[in-house]
Amino acid sequence: MKTFETQVLIIGGGVTGTGLARDLTLRGVDCILVEKGDINAGASGANHGLLHSGARYVSSDPGSATECMREAALLKKTASECIEDTGGLFVAVQGDDEKYIADFPLLCEKSGIPVTILDPVDAIEMEPALSKRVIAAFFVQDASIDPFKLSLENIEQARRLGCTLQRHAQVDHFDLDHKRIRTTMIRNTLTGELSNIEAEQVVNASGAWAKEIAGLAGISFDLTYSKGSLLITHSRIAQRVVNRLRPSANADILVPGGTVSILGTTSVSIDSLDKIIPTVAEIDLMVSEASAMIPVLEKTRFIRSYAGVRPLFGSGNASDDRQISRSFALLDHAKDGVENFVSITGGKLTTYRLMAEKTADLICHRMDIHIPCQTKTEPLPSVLSARWTKPDLSPKNLLQGNVLDKTLLCECEMVPASIIDSLIASIRHRFGKPDLKSLGVRSRIGKGACQGTFCSIRISSHLYDTETLNGDQGIGDLQSFLNERWRGVRPLLWNESLSQAELQEALHCGMFGLELY
Amino acid sequence: MHTSKIHTDLAVIGSGLAGIGASLFAANRGIHTIHVGGSSELIFASGLIDLVGIHPVSEKKLWTNPWYALDALKKDNPFHPYSRMPKQSIRSALDEFIDGLQTAGVTYKRHYEQNSQIMMPIGTVKTTYGVPKSMWDGVVTMKKKEPCLIVGIRGLLGFSSRQIAETLKSHWPGLRHTTISFPGLEKSSEVYTEPMARSLKLAETRERLAVSVRPYVGMVNAIGFPAIFGIQDMDVIISDMQDRLGVRIFEIPTMPPSIPGLRIKEAMDAYLREIGVRTLFPKKVLNVQHDNKVFLLGIGDTTVEHTVRANAVILASGRFLGGGLIAERKQIREAIFDLPVFQPGNRELWHNQNFFDPRGHAINLAGLEIDDHFRPLLKNGLPAFNNLFAAGSILAHQDWMRMKSGAGLAIATAYASVESLNKLAILK
Repeated sequence: MKTFETQVLIIGGGVTGTGLARDLTLRGVDCILVEKGDINAGASGANHGLLHSGARYVSSDPGSATECMREAALLKKTASECIEDTGGLFVAVQGDDEKYIADFPLLCEKSGIPVTILDPVDAIEMEPALSKRVIAAFFVQDASIDPFKLSLENIEQARRLGCTLQRHAQVDHFDLDHKRIRTTMIRNTLTGELSNIEAEQVVNASGAWAKEIAGLAGISFDLTYSKGSLLITHSRIAQRVVNRLRPSANADILVPGGTVSILGTTSVSIDSLDKIIPTVAEIDLMVSEASAMIPVLEKTRFIRSYAGVRPLFGSGNASDDRQISRSFALLDHAKDGVENFVSITGGKLTTYRLMAEKTADLICHRMDIHIPCQTKTEPLPSVLSARWTKPDLSPKNLLQGNVLDKTLLCECEMVPASIIDSLIASIRHRFGKPDLKSLGVRSRIGKGACQGTFCSIRISSHLYDTETLNGDQGIGDLQSFLNERWRGVRPLLWNESLSQAELQEALHCGMFGLELY
Repeated sequence: MHTSKIHTDLAVIGSGLAGIGASLFAANRGIHTIHVGGSSELIFASGLIDLVGIHPVSEKKLWTNPWYALDALKKDNPFHPYSRMPKQSIRSALDEFIDGLQTAGVTYKRHYEQNSQIMMPIGTVKTTYGVPKSMWDGVVTMKKKEPCLIVGIRGLLGFSSRQIAETLKSHWPGLRHTTISFPGLEKSSEVYTEPMARSLKLAETRERLAVSVRPYVGMVNAIGFPAIFGIQDMDVIISDMQDRLGVRIFEIPTMPPSIPGLRIKEAMDAYLREIGVRTLFPKKVLNVQHDNKVFLLGIGDTTVEHTVRANAVILASGRFLGGGLIAERKQIREAIFDLPVFQPGNRELWHNQNFFDPRGHAINLAGLEIDDHFRPLLKNGLPAFNNLFAAGSILAHQDWMRMKSGAGLAIATAYASVESLNKLAILK
C-alpha cells in the first residue's frame, strides 16, 4: 500500500478546502487535499453564486452581515476574475412587513453596510422585470461570483505551489495513536484502491459531511442540515441581484449568473445526506412565491434545478433553521482529545477566504509556523482550466474572435472543440481520466436548453475520436452524465422543458436503447 | 381576411408517421382526405420501423419474434393500443404502409417473422423490424460478423466511426474504422447531413468519396457510412457506390437531423398528394366546433385561413414534442379537443429519479383512453364523439420509447382508426 507524507491533510474539495490549500501553500506549507467526489461536489457547487453585501443578515445576524461586507469588498479586489459586480436591490411589494422595511436602512447603517434608498419607480426602471406592486426599494453592493471558477483557481494555484489534489479519494478511517491522528486511510471510490496519508495536521473541511468525518475520529458535535433548492432560468431576467425585502423566506432572491438567473431558495431541515435533490413541491413553491416580486417567473422557462445542503453549526432544537447563525465554526479538536485535528464548517461562500485564513492560522500556530496569511492582498491568478464554467464567457470569447476553432460541440452554450480539448489535456495531466462528467464540472456543456440531449453525443463521439474513451466506456459515461443532468431537470419538467425531456428519451432510449445496457 | 371553406370526408391532424399512415390508408380506400399538421418531427426519426422489441419494459425482455411479443402483450396489458386490434390487422397495416413507402420511392426490408438488429451511431445495437433497404446490408454484415469498415466524416459531429468500432469490437473483431473528409468540404470544421446528401446526387462527388475509401477495399466485405446517400434515389446512389467500390455499402442512422426521416417525409408528402390527399402544411388547428355530427376545423398559422368541414377526424397530433399533449405545471391537457387525458396523479409521479429507470416513466403511459374503435373517451367511459378517432403516440397505456414500438404503433393504430370509419359506417 502506498503511503504519502505531508504537513497538512485537507479533507474536502469545496471552496473552503481549496481556499485553505491555497492559503497554506502561499505560506509555504505542504499539503494534500482529498475529495471523495470532484471539486465543488457539495454545497460549494450548489448555491446561488451570490457574493453577499451583508444586507440579508442585518436583522437576523449582524455579526455575519459585517463579516460578509468586509470579505466581499476584499474578494472584489483579489478575485475580480470570478466576480461580476452587478450590485443588488432589496425590494418589498404590497403586503410585505412595513416595520421590516422601515428598520432595514437603519440596521444596514448600524452594521456599516452601504445602502441607498430608491424610488420604486426608479427601481422598476433599473429592473423592468420587477412587479409594479413594489412599495420600497434599496440599492446594496451584492454581486455574483462563479464558485466553480473560484475553487478551480484556488486549487490550481495551490497545486502549482506543491499541493497534491486527490479526487475520488474518500477517507476510510483514521488510525489514532497517543491523542493524534497518525495515518488516514484513503479509498479510491473508482478503483477501490487503498492508500495511507501521514500528516502532521488534519483539517476536516468536508462541509455538510463534517460530522461524519469527525465521527471517524471519535468526535461528535451538533450539525443541522438545511437543504436549499435553486432554479436556473433559461435567460437572464435581471441585471442585478434582486432580494425580497422581508425576513428570510422561500424564494426571496434572484441572482444573475452570466446569461441566466438563479432563483432561490428553500430551507428544509433534513436528517440524512443521502438524497439531496429538489422536489416538485419545492419548485412549485418557489415559482409561486417569487412571482410576487418578479411576475414573469410564472411563465419563464427553467432549465435546471439543484439542491445543496447548508451545514449549520449548533443546536438542532431551533424551531426554524433560518434562525441558526450563518457564521462559520472552527472547531479545535485538541479540546476533544485529538491534538492534530480541526473541523471547519458552517459559513458561507462569501466568507470562505476568512474561514480558510482562520483555519490556517490555527494549524500554523500548532506547527509553530509564523508566516502571516497572504490571501488578503495576493490576487488570485486566473488560469485556463477554470475559464469555461461561467455561462457568459464562451459566447463572449467567440464573438471577440479569440477562438479559431469554430466546431461547436455544445451549441446551446457555445463550447467549441478546442476548449474541450484543452480541458481534456488539463484533466488528464492533473487529475486522471477525462470523461463527460468531469468535463461537465469544468465547462457549460449540458447546461443549456437541450439539457445535454445533443451535446452529450457530440462530445462522446469527440472523446472517441481523440482516443480519450476506448472500448465500450462511452455507454456508461453517457448514462452517468445524462443521469446527473436528469436530477436537475426532473422537478421542473412542464411545457418546453418536458418536450425537451421527451426528445431526450426518444433519442437516448427510443433510438439508441441506452437504458438496456 | 378571406378564409377558404373545404368540405371533406376525413380530416387527419398530425404530420408524423401516424398522420401519414392515416392519410395513406384513407386515400387507398377512396376516402376524401384533408391532411393538416405542423412541420413534422420526422427529422428526429431514425427511419427504422420498430414493431415491438421489448416487453415487459421493466424486465428489459428482448423478443426475436415481434408477433409472439404481441401475444404476450395482449395477455399482460389489454389496454395497450396494440391489444385492441387483431394481430392480422397489424400485419396488414405494416404491409400496406411499407408498400406505400415503396411506391413513393422508399424501399424497406424485413424478416417477416423476426426482428432485426442494427448498429446505432453510439455503438449500441438496436432491435427493430422494418429497415430501410439502404441500411439492410448493415444488419446482414453485423449478424455474420463479416470484415467490415465504418467510415466517419470529418466534422459530422455525433458520429464517430471509432466509437462504433471500439464499442462493438469485443463481439466483432473484424470491424475497422476510418474517418475521411467529405469531397468539397475538406476545410469545413462542421458538416451537416442534408447538404452532403444533396451533393451525393452528383456522380463526381460519389467518385471522389469512393477514392478516399478505395484503399480499404479488399480487406472488408462491406462498408458502412452515416446515412447521407441522397434524399431521393438513395438505392440508385448506393448501388452506384457499390459498383465503384466492388463491396457492399450500407447506411447507419445518425442523430438528428436524420436523412432517413426526411426521406419518408418528402416521399410521402408527394405521394399522398398524388393519390388525392389535400395537404395543409405547416398549419395548426386553431379552433374546432362540432355541429350536427360534423366537425368544423379552423386552420391556419395564427389566424384562421381555412375552415374545414369534416365528417370524421383522426387525431394523430403526437405527444408533448409534437404538440398533441400539453404539460402544464399541475396537469396534462389535450391541445385541440380538450379531451380527458389519462395521467399520473401529480407531477412528482410523472418521472422517476433515475432517467434510465427500467420501469420507464409514468408520464409515458399518459394519453388518450380509447374504445375498441379507437375513439377517445370521456370521463364517463363513453366516446367523446362518434366520429373522432385517435392514433399514434397520443394514445395512453403505451411506452413506445422503452418498448421500441414507435413506428409500428403509429402505423397500426392509424390503420385501426381508418378501419373503424368503415365498420361504424361513419361516412355512409
